[in-house]
Amino acid sequence: MTRVVIDPVTRIEGHLRVEAEVDDGRVREAWASGTMFRGIEQILQGRDPRDAWVFTQRICNVCTAAHGIASVRAVEDALGITPPPLAVIVRNLIAAFQYMHDHVVTFFHLRAIADWMDVTRIPEADPMEAVRIAQRISDWPGNSAAAFRTAQERISAFIRSGLLGPLANGYWGHPGYTLSPEMDLMLAAHYLEALDWQREVAKAHAVLGGKSPVLQTFLVGGTATPVDVDSSAALNVDRLTLLRELAGTAKSFIDAVYLADHLAITTGYAELHRMGERTGNVLVYGDFPLDPSGDPGSFALPAGVIVDRDLEHVLPVDQERITEEVTRSWYQDDPAGPLHPWEGTTEPAYTGPTPPYDRLDTQGAYSWVKAPRYDGRPMEVGPLARVLVAYAAGVPRVRRLTDEVLDRMGLRVDALWSSLGRRVARLVETTYLAELTFTWLDQLEEAMRSGDQRIHAGRWDPSTWPAEARGVGFHEAPRGALGHWVRIRDGRIERYQCVVPTTWNVSPRDASGTPGPLEAALVGTPVADPTRPLEIMRLVHTFDPCMACAVHVYDGRGDPLGNLVEPV
Amino acid sequence: MDGWAAVPARSGTTITRRAFLRFCSLMAGVLALPPRYASEIARALEAAAASAERPTVIWLEFQDCAGDTESFLRTSHPTAADFLFVAISLDYHEVLMAPGGELAELSLREAMERAPYLVIVEGSIPTADRGVYCTVAGRTAVDELTDVAKGAAAILAVGTCAAFGGLAAAAPNPTGAVGVREVVTDRPVANLPGCSVNAVNLAATLVHYLTFGELPALDDQGRPLFAYGHLVHEECPRRGHFDAGRFVREWGDEGHRSGWCLYRMGCKGPAAHSNCPLVGWNDNTSWPVAAGHPCLACTEPGFWDSSTPFYRSMGEVAPAPAREREGLGLGVALGVGGAAVAAGVGAAALVHQRRRERPTPARSLQEGGAS
Repeated sequence: MTRVVIDPVTRIEGHLRVEAEVDDGRVREAWASGTMFRGIEQILQGRDPRDAWVFTQRICNVCTAAHGIASVRAVEDALGITPPPLAVIVRNLIAAFQYMHDHVVTFFHLRAIADWMDVTRIPEADPMEAVRIAQRISDWPGNSAAAFRTAQERISAFIRSGLLGPLANGYWGHPGYTLSPEMDLMLAAHYLEALDWQREVAKAHAVLGGKSPVLQTFLVGGTATPVDVDSSAALNVDRLTLLRELAGTAKSFIDAVYLADHLAITTGYAELHRMGERTGNVLVYGDFPLDPSGDPGSFALPAGVIVDRDLEHVLPVDQERITEEVTRSWYQDDPAGPLHPWEGTTEPAYTGPTPPYDRLDTQGAYSWVKAPRYDGRPMEVGPLARVLVAYAAGVPRVRRLTDEVLDRMGLRVDALWSSLGRRVARLVETTYLAELTFTWLDQLEEAMRSGDQRIHAGRWDPSTWPAEARGVGFHEAPRGALGHWVRIRDGRIERYQCVVPTTWNVSPRDASGTPGPLEAALVGTPVADPTRPLEIMRLVHTFDPCMACAVHVYDGRGDPLGNLVEPV
Repeated sequence: MDGWAAVPARSGTTITRRAFLRFCSLMAGVLALPPRYASEIARALEAAAASAERPTVIWLEFQDCAGDTESFLRTSHPTAADFLFVAISLDYHEVLMAPGGELAELSLREAMERAPYLVIVEGSIPTADRGVYCTVAGRTAVDELTDVAKGAAAILAVGTCAAFGGLAAAAPNPTGAVGVREVVTDRPVANLPGCSVNAVNLAATLVHYLTFGELPALDDQGRPLFAYGHLVHEECPRRGHFDAGRFVREWGDEGHRSGWCLYRMGCKGPAAHSNCPLVGWNDNTSWPVAAGHPCLACTEPGFWDSSTPFYRSMGEVAPAPAREREGLGLGVALGVGGAAVAAGVGAAALVHQRRRERPTPARSLQEGGAS
């Protein structure tokens, strides 16, 4: 047995450590550990609930809108406030642009660059052959000899300089890289193009929310960007036109480059993708109302639970069945056992090794991430979960897009329960939302035409609120099901709790010893060279972890730091 | 790839050259330098582009949200690609680097052998309980920063967390989070606060460093004067409405739709040192006040406590009952700014006064907490 330790796991957001027992070229057992903690929910206690979104939005700013949306929805739910149609439309647009931006950046800049391409072989590529390959899969104007030569010269000069910067010490030359140098060149050219593209597309968030990253526009009860066709200080026809242009820029690149390259890689590495999923359960809260009333029945990505891979039965989501366990996390366990987020109490209690350390004690507690469970089961959340539920629930566009992709690879829908499934799901939902963006822009235009200027529901003054209230806000963040639970007393936050996508996916073991979805998926992963664990990195990356999101504490009862258990 | 580094010295196309020189003039403007400096910036950047010795940059992340990394990816002048492939050698950045685990650590060691280098820090550093609240490769953030700082020619603390402790340091600061200057005291540190840092200011500070080999002039909070030398309120396009007493009173009301002053909705612009109104965000597409939301004064130390509740106007922001026990009072920065506004003190005088007298809110909070 060899213990492979990856810390830091790179090209993700935040601080993740993976330890794996490797024997005979395969992972036998794995542990995922979050190694950073801030205590944001503790900081929220006693504050104005209208401020909560500003704080929680800073949990993570890769998905720079996600926690803002979930937070205002939680407080609105508690106070019985329904945001007006304009706010529903604007939130949809913000989230849709987030998906497009995030999925493309993640694919090119965090994944392809070192999970699938061997950058060091680009100098030997034949640019004309690369152009032929690229033009076969897409008619993107950027797939030209001039563009590919420029990219090749740039990368080659970079390599010749001997200063490889962020590319130094990559797993170059690893037998796991099987794309041709020409494919590598095509992806590199698109990597560079996507850097410019994402900067441009981010402007949509500036139009809708003042700036990107970290939009500054969410309000409990609505949205802060005024709408008025006759004002230069509001969303007007000029800004709507800019949004349409940006949506067009986003969609054309997604259709012609992201989709094509994604398919090329997925096909090129198809044999590696029939693995990497072992939990068999998925959870989706649902989001993206197509009806501006916000009606959950109109969600473009519907809610649902699937258990034991049973696509015949999509179960309704009952949030009361969610609990969090901390038996293997660095928090004090509650004698009452796993509790629902509205009830739970958690206090940090670090029992890990004293830094600096080489190994975690994986027999005991080993992570700042807690273990959320639904009906006691670990659940995978994210693109795969959303697409499986939408597919099983019969959403026509999702079914067609998914079937098209699967047909091209000669696979059936069961093949989605895998790393490949996560890749396919990302491109399906990105394509789907790129199309729907125009639906919401049409709705925005229609609202403008009808003279609707109502961006806020009112009841802003805390004196209009009940003395005690509790609520829950859901959002489908790019990385999956996100929930915020809030209790309000006398106009202040009494308790705040977030259960976020990566907490579900990167959860440690629970009291019964059942591993989280990532830990389970890693088992059986081949490892050709334990000193260069490319395959483990790839698999971890299919979950797209966001560790800043994953780690929380809630409830400030007592003095948590005083309860710290001294490591022996 | 139409940025300056597409590369004038190599491709020599006139269009690119013109765009490049326009960028240099723009940079001189952002940095508040006389126009003649544009040619100096051009020379330095061309030298960097032509050189095989791109300066080593080590980017460390601690208690962060990657918002400043996302800002870095949004830089336009130069672009992120220009920085990555031409201007610098970004030898360690966990979000962007190819290797993980031991090979990532190797990259860090190799970079440290190339001292002196530039260090960029994102996120706060937890100091409580021997640093267990943030470890990388089994080492605490404090140890990692202290070690890497030894070879640093200079350090940029990007974002309010790295600069002043930021979000994690908000009361009751459960992890003892602090900014870089609380850990590293013997190296030049420029604070580039903002939640997150504006890409324009990050790029301009990097260009300044590449051009002149040193950090730009800083205010007494360690912030570059070119970016943080003025109050948002001084430069705000809505200032005329403030002076005329035209205030937004409800979200979406006529004043809100007409771009009136957001002071009564909680705008902290009179306490915020930032060039947001001048340079905007995302290629000047917008900025928060232009999009109808109050300024949070996110460039100020302790704004998570001194600016909150965010939606109360500065005159109303008073210690919240539940937080009084934490020793928090009216933020010092706000107190000065608010009083100045109330008294009608001229903007220039206000800045001057603040520059001379401004206490450190973080310090006064700590003292307040101890008393």
